[in-house]
Amino acid sequence: MLITCPYCGPRDVIEFTYQGDGNRQRPQPASQNLDAWNAYVYDRLNPAGDHNEIWQHSGGCRAHLRVVRNTLTHEISSTAFARGDHNSVARHRAEDKP
Amino acid sequence: MSPRRTEAGGLIDRLRTIRFTFDGAPYTGHAGDTLASALLANGVTLFGRSFKYHRPRGVLTAGVEEPNALVTVLRGEVREPNIPATMVEIYDGLTAISQNRFPSLAWDVSAVNQLGGKLLSAGFYYKTFMGPVIGPLKGTRFWMFCEHFIRRAAGLGKAGTAHDTARYERMNAFCDVLVVGSGPAGLMAARAASDQGARVILAELEPHFGGSANWSGETIDGMPAADWVGRAAGQLEGRDNVRLLPRTTVWGYYDGNTLAALERVTDHKETPGKGEPRHRYWTIRAKSVVLATGSLERPLVFPGNDRPGVMLAHAAERFATEYGVLPGDRIGLFTNNDSAYRAALALKKAGAVVVAIVDVRPELSSEMRKLAGETEAEIFSGHAVIATEGGKALSGFKVQRFDMASGALSGDARSIHADCLLMSGGWSPTIHLASQAGAKAEWNETLQAFLPPKPTTQQWIGAGAFTGSFSTAEAIAEGRAAGFSATGGTGTPAALPVVEAAPGDPDPAPVFEIRASGKSFVDFQHDVTADDVRLAHREGFVSVEHLKRYTTLGMATDQGKSSNIPGLAIMAEALGKPIPQVGTTRFRPPFAAVSIGSLAAERFGDLKPERLTPMHDWHVANGATMYSAGLWYRPMIYGHPGETIEQAYVREARATRESAGMVDVSTLGKIAVQGPDAAEFLDRVYTNMFSTLAVGKARYGLMLREDGLAFDDGTTWRLGEQDFLMTTTTANAGKVMQHLEYFLDVIWPELKVHVTSVTDQWAGAAIGGPKARQILAGCVSGTAVDNAALPFMGIVHGEIAGVPVMICRLSFSGEMAFEVYSGAGYGTHVWEALIEAGKPFGLVTYGLEALGTMRIEKGHVTGAEIDGRTTARDLHLDWMLSKKKPFIGSAMMDREGLIAPDRLELVGIVSLDNQPLNGGAHIVEQLDEANPHGSLGHITACCYSPALGKYIALALVKGGKTRRGSRAYVSDPLRNRFGPVEIVSNHFFDPDGSRMHG
Repeated sequence: MLITCPYCGPRDVIEFTYQGDGNRQRPQPASQNLDAWNAYVYDRLNPAGDHNEIWQHSGGCRAHLRVVRNTLTHEISSTAFARGDHNSVARHRAEDKP
Repeated sequence: MSPRRTEAGGLIDRLRTIRFTFDGAPYTGHAGDTLASALLANGVTLFGRSFKYHRPRGVLTAGVEEPNALVTVLRGEVREPNIPATMVEIYDGLTAISQNRFPSLAWDVSAVNQLGGKLLSAGFYYKTFMGPVIGPLKGTRFWMFCEHFIRRAAGLGKAGTAHDTARYERMNAFCDVLVVGSGPAGLMAARAASDQGARVILAELEPHFGGSANWSGETIDGMPAADWVGRAAGQLEGRDNVRLLPRTTVWGYYDGNTLAALERVTDHKETPGKGEPRHRYWTIRAKSVVLATGSLERPLVFPGNDRPGVMLAHAAERFATEYGVLPGDRIGLFTNNDSAYRAALALKKAGAVVVAIVDVRPELSSEMRKLAGETEAEIFSGHAVIATEGGKALSGFKVQRFDMASGALSGDARSIHADCLLMSGGWSPTIHLASQAGAKAEWNETLQAFLPPKPTTQQWIGAGAFTGSFSTAEAIAEGRAAGFSATGGTGTPAALPVVEAAPGDPDPAPVFEIRASGKSFVDFQHDVTADDVRLAHREGFVSVEHLKRYTTLGMATDQGKSSNIPGLAIMAEALGKPIPQVGTTRFRPPFAAVSIGSLAAERFGDLKPERLTPMHDWHVANGATMYSAGLWYRPMIYGHPGETIEQAYVREARATRESAGMVDVSTLGKIAVQGPDAAEFLDRVYTNMFSTLAVGKARYGLMLREDGLAFDDGTTWRLGEQDFLMTTTTANAGKVMQHLEYFLDVIWPELKVHVTSVTDQWAGAAIGGPKARQILAGCVSGTAVDNAALPFMGIVHGEIAGVPVMICRLSFSGEMAFEVYSGAGYGTHVWEALIEAGKPFGLVTYGLEALGTMRIEKGHVTGAEIDGRTTARDLHLDWMLSKKKPFIGSAMMDREGLIAPDRLELVGIVSLDNQPLNGGAHIVEQLDEANPHGSLGHITACCYSPALGKYIALALVKGGKTRRGSRAYVSDPLRNRFGPVEIVSNHFFDPDGSRMHG
């Protein structure tokens, strides 16, 4: 499986670490809503089809990526930085190049 | 001359004689022989005993699909079991032994299992051993009684226990086109693709390129096919854009056209070349793949079809043509298709007498009649073989008139004297890789075979027999077309090579089984008979997946390469359904057996990465026994001559508490946490406050996981307003780093914090004991180290021997102690300066054992207690749980189950019988050695405490705090250690911390 890191390009899955379901919504830190915390910590989607996932390019730039992967075909339809503003950083870098 | 070697012919080198042994007896063969061909040449017919019934078995095939002739190859003390003799290339000194026999292959006592055939039918184990105890002879207890004997009697080769000294390596490769299989189709594909300038890898599991052309006896472009493929491979070898991989089995087809292959680099050599690995595990990423994996011949299912001497028709043809070996003198043929006639003719030409050709079809084509006439054999069309005769070798077989439509036998049976019977039940394309890639096989009625469908998402193209195109001419045309389309090129109109081949219709008659009395084997390797398949059906197993599991059909090391289709056909008949409705199981990797060594490769042995601290060489030079902890190597003890481990660590710990000791702590995880929001971030990550920490001070911190359980602990030092140095446990350094990065990147991207792993940038030495401060004072310049300048948890900067150092006064040992950090490159320099300064004070160095001893005496926790199941409260660290702020885990840590009164809590244990305690031993209230039960918890760490003069331990015990001061017992049936203990506080030594506070 190849994952295309927005910084590093297409890299083998061996360079990445799966960091869990990308659909999880973390409650506000001070929240006392135990149901919301339970859902965040334990409830996972298990779709047969496209799944939002977090992967870390741990053997590369170490950025976390939001990856949409089809669980039936393993086809990856999109990758993006989990921290959205990295995109602009990447763009600036590209523009810096002569 | 060996008894069955032909006068001439074959691809073997008759001038080179190779000596080897099988079951201790010496034999000779020629270069180019496999173990199977060489033994057959020597007249050996008995190769092994079958899995369940211990029936004598010979060679069934000539290749990777061999189910019967499995051997164990010995190299010194190292044994490798279950290798098909057909895949072992002989070399001088090869030592192979047969399997699953006792006391010898010829005289096997377990062969009496054959008499109990009814008892050992499908599902025997489930029926006999599962379930409750009813009477004396049923149920799981009965299994426990019988297991030893059954495991010994049923099975394949025995794995060895000797350390495998061979080296294995992994390789990555990229190519435009990977061609799997090097028969005429594969060679043409590789040539066409490389003509287009594509980077090509051609993988062939056999030693020679060419596939069936090596033994087909056909002619290509006017030359023998074997010469033509030799020349074609030779031309490819010279091309820069082609890599040829012989002896390489492509065994796995994964996502994104990533394929796994095993190259057997030195298995065929007496001694490996310098630096050569035994096996090489290739990960090949191919833009496109040409599957030219050919096809596998199927056996026919009839009584006695497993007797040594019965083999597949093409296998015999191959032995005769490629190896110059006749598998018999008087040969019979039993077939349902045309392809086998060529085999009979090849054996006739090689010098054998073909006594009979038995064909289930009532009418033969004129071409087959002509071929059969050339063999001078007696023709039995519309007949079937109903039995074989002989013991450890075939002596004859019986034929009877057979009606293909009804399967009925009629007329008188006739016996025919023969020592070899060839059988052919048609051909199955080798679709394993396509199946792994997700393609669903489609049944072809005329070919009576599952064919690969059109590729879906994977970028592969099929060619040759793999697609059901069984003739060489078709293979050549399809191979070239595949090579072109794999590169996106178009074919040049050059003429295709011209093939002269024997005629033949590829469509077999739809006959898989001859039903007559006697054991008819479907799966030879797992001893599954046709009756077993029907029995499974009668007992209600109708899905092909269930059938497979219940009968174990196709589950042995050959994965049913020859048995799957006959098994399915018999199942389909029992169900009264056509084969495509029964369906087939999907193939999974690996296609053939893969050595575990190749999967581990450089993660194990010489090439395994290792992490060494800056002071590693000093430790080794000064008598340390090193201990591997993850990838790290750390001193365990610095033993004196004649000392036991316990004597050494007791001496080191005692000396530390009496004067001073020093330990290398460079392995601790170190993370620089920097930025305007660093303090806020640490407040969220740790259970306790860090924003209130003054610059120049350190604080012990605890982290929880999101679910509220304890995660890791360590000290974090505030070096500046926005600059923290976090330390983690050695084992969790990587995990904590990822944890922090995840929260900064995904959850709280608004925090302006950067984390950097600096573990390898700092060398650390912890020096502790009553004399530690004096030692530091003697060697540190640029700062005072007295109580005012360097209070408990204070940090100062100074120099030791001209090198800048950072010193923090903190203690793991419970003594007045300091951690001295310097740049990693100066680690040894600073360490040696400290050693020198410590000499007048009796400074010792200590290792992990003494470190562990002193931490147990203090009751500090490590990974043994923070084991992923314990909470901060369980470990009496609830004083660290801030109530002023939320932190990771704070919302979940108070859930009902995590605050229950009967949770395992940290306690101290003192041995009352003055005997050592063991990690993992249970703590019980009442001792019952005969029937151990009632565990209250377990010991996590143990030692002899020099400070207390007792054997002590830390343990996690139910309701631990309330049991302090009470009596209990240690119960350790595995090590037969039982005895009285006292449960105490985990703070054994200096509980008020007066020593470290000074």
